[in-house]
Amino acid sequence: MEDWQHGGFGLYIHWPFCASKCPYCDFNSHVAANIDQNRWLRAYLSEIDRVGAETRGRILNTVFFGGGTPSLMDPDLVAAVLEQIGKTWVLANDLEVTLEANPGSVEAGRFRGYAEAGVNRLSMGVQALNDADLRRLGRLHSLAEARAAFDVARSRFERVSFDLIYARQDQTIADWRAELREAMAMAVDHFSLYQLTVEAGTAFGDRHAAGKLRGLPPDDAAADMYLATQDICEAAGLPAYEISNHARAWQESRHNLIYWRYGDYAGIGPGAHGRLTFGGMRHATEALRAPAAWLERVEAGLSAELPRETLTRAEQGTELLLMGLRLGEGVDVERYAAVSGAPLPSAALAQLADLGMVEISAGRLRASKAGRPLLNAILRQLLA
Amino acid sequence: MTQLNRIRNFSIVAHIDHGKSTLADRLIQSTGTVADRDMKAQILDSMDIERERGITIKAQTVRLEYKARDGHAYILNLIDTPGHVDFAYEVSRSMRAVEGSLLVVDASQGVEAQTLANVYHALDAGHEIVPVLNKIDLPAAEPDRIKQQIEDVIGLDAHDAILISAKSGLGIPEVLEAIVTRLPAPKGDRSAPLKAMLVDSWYDAYLGVVVMVRIMDGVMRRTDRIKMMQTGAAYGIDRLAVLKPQMVEIAELGPGEIGVFTASIKQVRDTRVGDTITHERHPCTTPLPGFKPAQPVVFCGLFPVDAADFEALREAIEKLTLNDASFTSEMETSAALGFGFRCGFLGLLHLEVVRDRLEREYDLDLITTAPSVVYHLHMRDGSLRELHNPADMPDLTLVDHIEEPRIKATIMVPDDYLGDVLKLCQDRRGIQLDLTYAGSRAMVVYDLPLNEVVFDFYDRLKSVSKGYASFDYAITGYREDFLVKMSVLVNDEPVDALSMMVHRDRAELRGRAMVEKLKELIPRHMFKIPIQAAIGSRVIARETLSAMRKDVTAKCYGGDATRKRKLLDKQKAGKKKMRQFGKVEIPQSAFISALKMDG
Ligand SMILES: Nc1nc2c(ncn2[C@@H]2O[C@H](COP(=O)(O)OP(=O)(O)OP(=O)(O)O)[C@@H](O)[C@H]2O)c(=O)[nH]1
Ligand code: SF4
Ligand SMILES: [Mg+2]
Repeated sequence: MEDWQHGGFGLYIHWPFCASKCPYCDFNSHVAANIDQNRWLRAYLSEIDRVGAETRGRILNTVFFGGGTPSLMDPDLVAAVLEQIGKTWVLANDLEVTLEANPGSVEAGRFRGYAEAGVNRLSMGVQALNDADLRRLGRLHSLAEARAAFDVARSRFERVSFDLIYARQDQTIADWRAELREAMAMAVDHFSLYQLTVEAGTAFGDRHAAGKLRGLPPDDAAADMYLATQDICEAAGLPAYEISNHARAWQESRHNLIYWRYGDYAGIGPGAHGRLTFGGMRHATEALRAPAAWLERVEAGLSAELPRETLTRAEQGTELLLMGLRLGEGVDVERYAAVSGAPLPSAALAQLADLGMVEISAGRLRASKAGRPLLNAILRQLLA
Repeated sequence: MTQLNRIRNFSIVAHIDHGKSTLADRLIQSTGTVADRDMKAQILDSMDIERERGITIKAQTVRLEYKARDGHAYILNLIDTPGHVDFAYEVSRSMRAVEGSLLVVDASQGVEAQTLANVYHALDAGHEIVPVLNKIDLPAAEPDRIKQQIEDVIGLDAHDAILISAKSGLGIPEVLEAIVTRLPAPKGDRSAPLKAMLVDSWYDAYLGVVVMVRIMDGVMRRTDRIKMMQTGAAYGIDRLAVLKPQMVEIAELGPGEIGVFTASIKQVRDTRVGDTITHERHPCTTPLPGFKPAQPVVFCGLFPVDAADFEALREAIEKLTLNDASFTSEMETSAALGFGFRCGFLGLLHLEVVRDRLEREYDLDLITTAPSVVYHLHMRDGSLRELHNPADMPDLTLVDHIEEPRIKATIMVPDDYLGDVLKLCQDRRGIQLDLTYAGSRAMVVYDLPLNEVVFDFYDRLKSVSKGYASFDYAITGYREDFLVKMSVLVNDEPVDALSMMVHRDRAELRGRAMVEKLKELIPRHMFKIPIQAAIGSRVIARETLSAMRKDVTAKCYGGDATRKRKLLDKQKAGKKKMRQFGKVEIPQSAFISALKMDG
């Protein structure tokens, strides 16, 4: 068995367009006046052929349409892409097909088409449950629209997830508790709950650097919100299976689990990343980021990938650990040693265990409840 | 052979940056010693570090040939000296080799602390002094006022001071004439046995040790066997030369001349500056008085950041000591920092220069521990111990009393800033000895403990005086005071590299400043960290660095793995700049930064 099979094999497809750019967003997303969806379809199909030829015979476990805003894609485009995927790989019986959607009224009109095309899981970028905050986050939808879109989604898809952002400007811990309880009441079976991160190169980043992003909760308050999130979600039967992801049993995002379990994934579309193992060598792949340049290369019959990076064993070990420790299930200690070629450093491990930051049981290393919010520090200690 | 009356030997002395090296450039150039196309600014500042910092560290000698207005050809031996107080020793010993000094004073700044100090050195050496007012091209130059100041503050007749611009070359012919007409010729007896003064020595990668000499009596020839009177060692000369400024071989050096020779001398340590060199066969009877060797006054530990670099550090230090006899080192072990060296320096700039060279020329990353002075421990049993490192402080019950080095500091400052300067000196346990005015400038003389000055006094002085104060000092002796060792505990473990000697009355203040600084400098950890300053077992200041609460990336999906991995790799490199103390990591920069005081 090759190591990637511990995680499985998935396909990520990146749609790089949004109706407008959110001020906190550092994804590869762009606002374009007119998008020729047919050109994009042809390009996706040819990339599927290229990657398919390399990975022929593999069982495909998951497909994920991410972005950008994939709910701007024509349902026909999605259908044609999925059809081609079906011709290219052997599909798992329980193939998971997720699409990210914005909960606007226009998008909701396309949900039915996506479901008919084969999408069976919708991930909705709700982000906040009040209109004032939605506006500050630069979102185009209102709360009422989001609720309506959610109802449509529930009726069309077996599985629906939604995202919320916390530690927003002027948000108190009491506000967040109330909002989260309200979200729990919506009978969702999967949540992604992210602490607002101010990234350099975004509008928020610029404002922050200029000292003009006011009202962000202090670090201690943000840490308290994280803890409250754990308590409320656990009580509601949706424990964190990953740092920022909560689900009822069996409702985890199987596609994202491939990343965290360090499986193989092919990435298609501008800026998409992949990990592909051939002949025991794990490669990191990355496509050109700029949509126009990506499209031109693919249309010229060329690969849109940047030169591949072959990962050393040490690099693979680092990735396995940094992804795997995000999961509640943790990392198999022997698998780590086999991948990286060296066991985990025992002194650092003992010290972290002493501090109650990590636990080892049944051959797996996990970040403890206390350790999870300090995962970066744990990783620095184990890897640096 | 050159007649004595056709030789002039002189040093160029001044406060730092008043233009000594630039004047040397012009003298070299206008005598045609170096061709115009080979000229560069401050040509004698040949070390990288001198060129980078724009200062002279090592005195340099050059021989010029000058056709004077009287129609005769003269040999002029010029010594350009450093201005910084750490290298004052270079200046005073250079002066022993020559008969006169050009005292350069910046005509816009006037007399500064080292101007004064250098005049005293020159008078001690029995020099004739020619005052030269430089930078008269500057709009702010006030030659008349500065002349008056020289007369008032120094008591030197300045009415025929030469006005020059070393930058533009204005007044340089007058300087050359003044050297010939106003400075005395050397004396000496050509027929007497050889008596030469060892002025300087340095290590050259190709030639080995090069020894600079000033011939007092007799003649030194290329084929001679010579003897060093202090060390008793005898050598055959390999090469005899003069510096122009590169070496030009010569058959002999007669009285009054300055030149260099090489013999198979292994290291600079085998030569004693101030030693008398004579012939092995017909030696002179009485040696020259010699000079006191330069004593390191500031000590600190140098440790490799990466313990694996210890051997590389040892080699680098050995190579550097080949060339710099004023820098001392001995191996040291620290519980916190592992193996390293305790090194002695002439002052803080010297320390910086040596550390810089070790890091750059030998590609090392170093941790520098708190600089300390040398304390005298008078033990109960009557013996005297020198303490170079607070970490070595013996059990207090064995110590009768402790003495610390004191200095006489001379500070010149515009009177607008006098109040702040006095307060600074007072805060540093100073005792005022003198306060005089010359126009709107004050000159204060303080008796200060060296340990209060060593670290950041100069920075503070510059900052309270907006850069206008200048400072010079000389060690005067040792005096008893109520000194204690303050140790610092991080997470309840003593960090020996941070321990220091302080006056009991200042301990709380320094302790508080130290723990507050450390609290800022140490990054938060996964647990809370007490930081304490203590005298013996008594804690005198305490802070607690709270535990970090959240440090986790909110989103990390397939597209983020590469970036995250690279970030961790970068942090791995950053971690080399940290040092592990028990469970706590302390950034290496903290060892120096923690000591900076705001008062
Ligand atoms: N305007 C002007 N600047 C000058 C003159 N002479 C020197 N300088 C400048 O003053 C600065 C210091 O000159 P140096 O010759 O290095 O001074 P120094 O006395 O040798 O300095 P240290 O060796 O560090 O004590 C340099 O920037 C020179 O260019 C002058 O006549 N006029
Ligand atoms: S919709 Fe999503 S991808 Fe698009 S700009 Fe907003 S946050 Fe970014
Ligand atoms: Mg100079």
